[in-house]
Amino acid sequence: MNTNNSPSAHVHRDDEAQKMGMWFFLFTELLLFGGLFLVYSIYRFKNPDAFAHGAKELNVVLGAINTIVLLTSSLTAALSITAIQKGQKKLALGLVLFTIFCALIFLVNKYFEWGHKFEIGIYPGSDLLRAIPRGEALFFVLYYFMTGLHAIHVIVGAIILGFMARYIQTGLINSDYYVLLENGALYWHLVDLIWIFLFPLLYLIH
Amino acid sequence: MEEHKSHIIDYLTQIKVWVALVIFTLITVATAEVDFAMLTVAVALTIASVKSILVLLYFMHLKFESRILNLFVIVVMLVFLAMIVFTFFDYIFRLSHGS
Repeated sequence: MNTNNSPSAHVHRDDEAQKMGMWFFLFTELLLFGGLFLVYSIYRFKNPDAFAHGAKELNVVLGAINTIVLLTSSLTAALSITAIQKGQKKLALGLVLFTIFCALIFLVNKYFEWGHKFEIGIYPGSDLLRAIPRGEALFFVLYYFMTGLHAIHVIVGAIILGFMARYIQTGLINSDYYVLLENGALYWHLVDLIWIFLFPLLYLIH
Repeated sequence: MEEHKSHIIDYLTQIKVWVALVIFTLITVATAEVDFAMLTVAVALTIASVKSILVLLYFMHLKFESRILNLFVIVVMLVFLAMIVFTFFDYIFRLSHGS
């Protein structure tokens, strides 16, 4: 697979095309979330007060902390590319591992946030959600669906980064060939990008 | 053989971008308490858009990528926006005029 070890080998590869393929995939991800943003916008327009009331139930502090955790993880993912380009293998590995660590912190925060909501009876299909006004119930269902789909992306991103860490270790990703790491990081940044919009829309607007 | 080396963004630039992103996050949290009436959503989305442009340009390296890739991203963003905005207004228009 990797013929870089012999300098005389003629390498058939096109990093540019690989990156472009990754971007095309990201575009499809964008449309997936775009549909949800559209549903959110329309229901919010129809139930402005219910959505504002629902948003007050969300924990802004936890949301803000998670935003900063994700931004930091995006930084370390981006820095790991600089490190591998400069041939600083150990630093690159450490930065990728730190990024995965941030993903875990994000998920633990999410666990506590959702756990608290479950305790007070706010979860899809709960008796409370059936009793409160329909608009507000819609808000919480969208909240669970959008943050849940995003959390799945966080888990997938962490697994991808786990492979990247392994590849840096084995040398498959090195200072000459790092497009895999770039693509892995691109996926991670998409997860961050989506959260940049989810956070104000769900937590802040009331 | 093709040239595989791409532009290396130095550590400091990226850390500066991160500082800007954190500051924007704090601003968006702070402004959420202020009531801009109709503009509340616009303010929040504008800040989010500025943040995502920073992420796209620096963390996702678009600033240093080929023109064609940049063009792809711009076109897709426009289509994406058109899809959301037009569908939204179409729905709202039907709603306000009854059926």
